Amino acid sequence: MDGLATLLREYDVLAAFWMTVQLTAWGAVGALVVGTVVAVARVSPVGVLQRFGAWFVTLVRNTPLTLIVALCSLGIANTLKVQLAPADSPTFIVDNGFRWGVVALAVYHAAFVAEAIRSGINTVPAGQAEAARSIGLGFAATLRHVVLPQAFRGAIAPLGNTLIALTKNTTVVATVGVAEAAYLMRNMIEFNPSLLYAIFALLATGFVVLTLPMGLLFTWLSNRLGVHR
Amino acid sequence: MGAPGGQAPASGGPPVVALSRVNKHFGTLHVLNDITLDVARGEVVVVLGPSGSGKSTLCRAINRLETIDSGSIAIDGVPLPEEGAALASLRAEVGMVFQSFNLFAHKTVLQNVTLGPVKVRGLTPTDAQARAVELLERVGVADQAAKYPAQLSGGQQQRVAIARALAMDPKLILFDEPTSALDPEMVNEVLDVMVTLAAQGMTMIVVTHEMGFARKAADRVVFMADGQVVEQNTPEAFFTAPRTDRAKDFLSKILTH
Repeated sequence: MDGLATLLREYDVLAAFWMTVQLTAWGAVGALVVGTVVAVARVSPVGVLQRFGAWFVTLVRNTPLTLIVALCSLGIANTLKVQLAPADSPTFIVDNGFRWGVVALAVYHAAFVAEAIRSGINTVPAGQAEAARSIGLGFAATLRHVVLPQAFRGAIAPLGNTLIALTKNTTVVATVGVAEAAYLMRNMIEFNPSLLYAIFALLATGFVVLTLPMGLLFTWLSNRLGVHR
Repeated sequence: MGAPGGQAPASGGPPVVALSRVNKHFGTLHVLNDITLDVARGEVVVVLGPSGSGKSTLCRAINRLETIDSGSIAIDGVPLPEEGAALASLRAEVGMVFQSFNLFAHKTVLQNVTLGPVKVRGLTPTDAQARAVELLERVGVADQAAKYPAQLSGGQQQRVAIARALAMDPKLILFDEPTSALDPEMVNEVLDVMVTLAAQGMTMIVVTHEMGFARKAADRVVFMADGQVVEQNTPEAFFTAPRTDRAKDFLSKILTH
């Protein structure tokens, strides 16, 4: 217990986990938006869009997240000098790293979100779309008002899985210097190697506190919002 | 009702539906074989035939839920357009009632009926709701307006589906076996609504196995077999004196019980 007290006193654990939460939240929003677009492309009647969607999912899903993070940070940000924060800002390095981290997380998880939503779309009977078309709704309106609302409800459980995976995958962004929980852990271990078990317990507890309520929430949501047929 | 001799009731203008030499294949199956059929305004056409005869496909082809291989289909003199905005606005004019109801499962009964008028016709939600309540009263399910489809009986769901089609003020309504998925005790409540609609002058094409409805409400019976229109006549003449062997055979199988 002494070890834990020392760690909590010497390191800003809350700030590190707050960074994890921010990465998770922005990454999830980005993944949801990109994933929805990709899923819609895959079910659209346009061949080019279908192939783009399939290509995106196959490419991104089979690429290690570490590679995507490295590509964004080392490749695009450092080498190609594409910056996502104003270069004269005093917090430039932190902001740029964080934003590219979010981009990498969003793109990577978008592939999984797209597949979850596509499987959700497959749970919607074809008759629902036919009925929508028969009252004069076009492709976009049919998706927006009839198919996607039901698809999201059918996809809540797999989307929850993806969010939990995303939360834990934020640790990969530590490799490019974003000061979240895993980055903190590395520093702690380096300077307090004798407290290894306490450090492990602290970090593990932190992630359980983040992800356990998510699991419970999504189970509750999928029961609550599920479409009764 | 029941104009004599299988002729359409007299009316001006082009037929509401005009099919000309329509062909469609599913693989090697010739599911619609050179179908030519006109339906006049206010006419109620009942399509009969053994299963697999192409009658549902015919019904679905009229609002292009099924595409056709050759021939032409025109609604009110306008040929069916390709997929796109023009087709969507034409579909808004053609109501459709499905065998499996297909009510929007995530929307309440009232929202099911108002979706089209608000999103397609541009009505204000208030106006659309007032009209929806009126239509739900007409089909006898106004007291269920706040419920979800899964909470309703099959007969109630199908009546909501009819109200949803009516809310678009369609030029005609297609009924694709509207009572086939219903428990027997619920068939009549749906047929009663359809008989009333027919009496009010709605143009209807009804694919069904309900001979009673055909006798009571149809102006014309179209008998299909193997993708072809084999015979058409007034219900009285068709049921009492079928001219073709296929029709005699079909009627002997369904009327002997």
